Amino acid sequence: MVPFLIEAAIKSAILVLLLLTGFAYLTLAERKLVADFQARIGPNRAGPYGLLQPLADAVKLFFKEDFIPEYADRVLFVLAPLITLIPAILIFAVIPFGPELTLFGYRTRLQLTDVNVGVLYIVAITSISVYGIALAGWASNNKYALLGGIRASAQMISYELAMGLAIVSVVLTAGTLQVSGIVESQRNGWLLFLQPLAAVIFFITGLAEIKRAPFDLVEAEQELTAGYLTEYSSMKFALFFMAEYVKMIGFSALMTTFFLGGYLGPFVDLYPALGVVYFTLKVAFLIFVLIWIRATLPRIRYDQLMNLGWKVLLPLALANVMGTAVVVALTA
Amino acid sequence: MVMELFRGLWTTLQEFVQTNLRGPVTYPYPEVKRPLRTRFKGVHELRRYSNGLERCIGCALCAAACPADAIYVEAGENTDEERYSPGERYAKVYEINLLRCIFCGYCEDACPTNAIVLTDKIPPAGYTRESFIVTKAQLLVPPPPGVPGTPQRTTDPALRTRSIWEEGLVNEPI
Repeated sequence: MVPFLIEAAIKSAILVLLLLTGFAYLTLAERKLVADFQARIGPNRAGPYGLLQPLADAVKLFFKEDFIPEYADRVLFVLAPLITLIPAILIFAVIPFGPELTLFGYRTRLQLTDVNVGVLYIVAITSISVYGIALAGWASNNKYALLGGIRASAQMISYELAMGLAIVSVVLTAGTLQVSGIVESQRNGWLLFLQPLAAVIFFITGLAEIKRAPFDLVEAEQELTAGYLTEYSSMKFALFFMAEYVKMIGFSALMTTFFLGGYLGPFVDLYPALGVVYFTLKVAFLIFVLIWIRATLPRIRYDQLMNLGWKVLLPLALANVMGTAVVVALTA
Repeated sequence: MVMELFRGLWTTLQEFVQTNLRGPVTYPYPEVKRPLRTRFKGVHELRRYSNGLERCIGCALCAAACPADAIYVEAGENTDEERYSPGERYAKVYEINLLRCIFCGYCEDACPTNAIVLTDKIPPAGYTRESFIVTKAQLLVPPPPGVPGTPQRTTDPALRTRSIWEEGLVNEPI
């Protein structure tokens, strides 16, 4: 029991540290990449190549006034950023970053914990963060924030169904709910090729779930100033911001795990440490794609968003699940 | 619809690759300034002749031509001991209010001696309104190298009446 606790504590400490620095530098990477897409220079003032920009941003946010509107619900207003951020970080508990390997004479898996219903855990945890956003919108007592919160809940409910069904097809194909099992089942070929439709649906719904362009209606600047973020300042704003970027990493990690073979790659059995490299490269590629899409596509209209979710993605995902079920039943 | 999505993504990807190959189209401004066209109308300067005398004769035609009423000229008399410009008069006070100036270049056109010229320098920023009133000392260019500035002692009697000095005019001592 005690060794397990120590192992888990060390792993989670490393994970949290990695995620928080990863988040900070992801903001810089996004700004730099978007600048490249727009033929601009991008942040280059703080440190060489703007490398200290995240630090400067953090210091700035620390010293900002921590403002709570007079008629806001104070408890929920403070709680909302936490409800959004914590689930975003919790997802990483079940994501395998690499295969089993021996570190300092200790055999361990590069995964915080290998729950046997890991997929269920992921689906359950991801849906919590919408509460944070909806509550933030409501607690701010501001019309923009409220509209943003309503949009967030509507958007997430419509896309969670299709996303869940896409994950169901993955689970059916892999034959397990264990996340490491899903990765191992892709030894003979990525699920991207076995389940292309599920992959596309998962990608689109994931974009909507993490509120990235073109599905960023929740904080559409032109219509809602900043949506649910309108009344937030200082570190509470930073927490929401952090949640958003951690979700970006989380989504890329999930996509990698479910469809791109996770840590699998050539020679990974000989040198297990290579698994981490493959995993990081795949996640980095997906993050690049997310930023690329952000730099390209305009925000879609609200009714288009609803139409796409309910009338296109949901039926497609249902059909895919049925097809997969039939194939699995016949081949088993 | 799907094809259009990918066409859009292809376009931005090309832009991305180009930025990484050829560099961005923007400049890191305070360090690198974009070269301006020579016809750009920027901040003014008062020129001199090659013998160091000021071109401005204090006629105030620029002030008259100025549509924004930004120029103030006060003329003074040249003497043999203290000569600033060829001819009888020079600009004792010459001030331009850069906050009023619209950089139209009419003063340039009006000037009979080509004394006032709009350069390609960008007008400076300032903290007070007063700092935008530039005086003659700020406007006047330094004399050419090795040539004395103004006031000079009058060396040529023709300078007493001729308000436009010409290269090759005999420089006889008086």
